[in-house]
Amino acid sequence: MTQATMAHGAQRAAAPVYYEDVIKKFVLAATFWGIVGFLAGVYIAFQLAYPVLNLGLEWTSFGRLRPVHTSAVIFAFGGNVLIGTSFYVVQRTCRASLFGGRGLANFIFWGYQLFIVLAALSYVLGYTDGKEYAEPEWIVDLWLTIVWVAYITAFVGTLLKREEPHIYVANWFYLGFMVTVAMLHLGNNLAVPVSLFGMKSYGLFSGVQDALIQWWYGHNAVGFFLTAGFLGIMYYFIPKRANRPVYSYRLSIVHFWALIFLYIWAGPHHLHYTALPDWAQTLGMTFSVMLWMPSWGGMINGLMTLSGAWDKLRTDPVMRFLVTAVAFYGMATFEGPMMSIKSVNSLSHYTDWTVGHVHSGALGWVAFISFGALYYLVPVLWKRKSLYSMRLVSLHFWIATLGILLYITAMWISGIMQGLMWRAYDEYGFLQYSFIETVEAMHPYYVIRGIGGVLFLAGALVMVYNFFRTIRGDVRKEAPYETTAAVAARG
Amino acid sequence: MDLQALSEFFRSLWGLWLMILFLGIVAYAFWPRNKDRLERYGDMPLRDDDDEERR
Ligand code: HEM
Ligand code: HEM
Repeated sequence: MTQATMAHGAQRAAAPVYYEDVIKKFVLAATFWGIVGFLAGVYIAFQLAYPVLNLGLEWTSFGRLRPVHTSAVIFAFGGNVLIGTSFYVVQRTCRASLFGGRGLANFIFWGYQLFIVLAALSYVLGYTDGKEYAEPEWIVDLWLTIVWVAYITAFVGTLLKREEPHIYVANWFYLGFMVTVAMLHLGNNLAVPVSLFGMKSYGLFSGVQDALIQWWYGHNAVGFFLTAGFLGIMYYFIPKRANRPVYSYRLSIVHFWALIFLYIWAGPHHLHYTALPDWAQTLGMTFSVMLWMPSWGGMINGLMTLSGAWDKLRTDPVMRFLVTAVAFYGMATFEGPMMSIKSVNSLSHYTDWTVGHVHSGALGWVAFISFGALYYLVPVLWKRKSLYSMRLVSLHFWIATLGILLYITAMWISGIMQGLMWRAYDEYGFLQYSFIETVEAMHPYYVIRGIGGVLFLAGALVMVYNFFRTIRGDVRKEAPYETTAAVAARG
Repeated sequence: MDLQALSEFFRSLWGLWLMILFLGIVAYAFWPRNKDRLERYGDMPLRDDDDEERR
C-alpha cells in the first residue's frame, strides 16, 4: 500500500457518520401530514361552497377544521420538511454527525408529532386561544417550547462540531428560522391560564396591543417559517440538484441579512385601517415595500444558479419543481408588497384576494420546493439508484400546477369582485349589495378553487405512490425521461 | 450633557445604527478583496458526494 492510499484510507475512516434514520422519519411524516393537510384544505374549500358539509356537528364545522388545515399544512407538513431537511443539510455542510445523536433526534421527532396531534385534537374539540396560526392553548404551547429548545440544541450543537471552517448559507437561513420562531412563539403566547389543570387561558395583552403582537407574530411566521426556512432548502437543494454552485454567494449573504433586518417591521400591514396608530401602519407598509428588493434578489440568485443549464428544466422534473417554486416565490413577494400599499389593501383586505396570495405562496413556493427536496431525498436516504418513475414526477408537476392555477385565478377574480361589490354605492349613496349577495356571487369560484385543490391533492397522491415504490426498490419500466439529445449533450 | 443624556440621545438614533450595520454587511460582502474567498464557499454542498442519487 502506498502512502497516498493509506492517507486516503485514514481520511475515509475519519469521515463523519451522518445520522439519517431520523431524517427518513421526518420525510415520511411530512408526506403523511401533507396529505392530511391538503385533504383538510379540500374539505373546507367545499364547505365554503356547500355548507351542508359542516354536517351540523360542532367538531366538523368550518371554524374548527380551518385551523386543522392551516396547522396541518404549515406546522405538520412544512415543519417536518424543515426539521428533516435542516438535519440533512447541517450534517452534510458541516461534515459532522448530528449533535445529541439518536436519542435527542428521536425525542425531537416524536415530541414534534405529539405536538401536532395535540394541537389538531384540541381544535376539533373546541380548545383554541383564538390567535391565527398560534391557536394551541397554553399546555400545548409549553410542550412545543420544550421540543423547540431541543431542536435548536441539536442544530447549533452540530454547527459547533463542524469540520468546515465556514457555515454554509443554507444553515444561516435555517438558524434564522429557528431562532425567530422561538422568539415569536414565546412573545405571542404569553398568557395566564385560568386554572392549573384547565385548558383555558387569557392572553397577557389586550386590545390593539394584542392585535399588534399577533400580527408581529403572524407576519414573521410567514417570513421565517414559510420563507426563511424554505430558502435554506433552496440554497442547498437547487445547487445540489443542478450540480453547480449558487449563482452568487455574496448576494446570498446580503439576501439573508436584508430579510433579517426588514421582515420584523412589516407586520402592521395586516392591520391597515384598524385602531393601530397611523404611523405604525405606514411603517409596516414602507418596510413591506422595501422587502420586495431582497426577495427578488434571492429569487434571481436561485433562478440564475441554473444559467447555462436551463435544459435541466426540460429533462429533470425534480428540478422543475424546485425552480417553479422559486418563480412562485417571486410572484408572492411581488404581490405581497403591492397588497401592503394602503390604497390597494383597502380593496384586498378581508377578501379572497388575500387567500389567493396566501396560496400562491403556500402551494407554489412552500409546497413545490418541499416536493422537490423530498423527491431528491427519498432515493438518497433509502440508497436507491433512482426514483421509481420520473414520468410520474412530471405527471405530479403538471396536475399540481394546473391545480394551483385554478386555485389562484379563482381567488383573484372572486376577491376583487368581492372587494368591488362591498364598496359599490347606488345613486342614492346606499350600499348597492347586501353581504349575502356577495357570498352568492362567489359560489362558482369556490367550486373552481375546490377542484383546483382536488388536483393538487391528486398530484400529491401520485407522489406518495412514487415514494412507496421507490422505497420498495422498484424501478418503473418506462422510456427514459430524458431525450437522447439531452443525454448526449451531457455526455 | 451628562452621560445619561448622551446615551439616551444615541439610543434614539437606533434606526441609523442598524442602517450603518447593514450597509457594513453589504460592503463586506461586495468588497472586491473578499470576492474569491466568499464565492468559493458556494462549492461547499458540491464537495460531498459519496451516496448521491446517480441519475
Ligand atoms: C389542496 C390544497 C389546498 C386547499 C384546497 C386549501 C384550501 C384552503 C381554504 C378553503 C382555506 C380557507 C379560506 C377562507 O377562510 O376563506 C385555506 C386557508 C389557508 N391555507 Fe390552504 N389549502 C390548500 C393547501 C395549503 C397549503 C399547502 C398551505 C401552506 C403551506 C396552506 C395554507 C393556508 C393558510 C395559511 C390559510 C389561511 C389564509 C388566511 O387566513 O388568509 N394551504 N386553505
Ligand atoms: C415581500 C413579501 C411579502 C409581503 C410584503 C406580503 C404582504 C402581505 C399582505 C399585505 C397581506 C394581506 C394582509 C391583509 O390584508 O390582511 C399578506 C397576507 C398573507 N401572506 Fe403575504 N406577503 C409577502 C410574501 C408572502 C409569502 C412568500 C408567503 C408564503 C406563503 C405569504 C403568506 C401570507 C399569508 C399566510 C397571509 C395571510 C395572513 C392572514 O390574514 O391570515 N406572504 N401578505
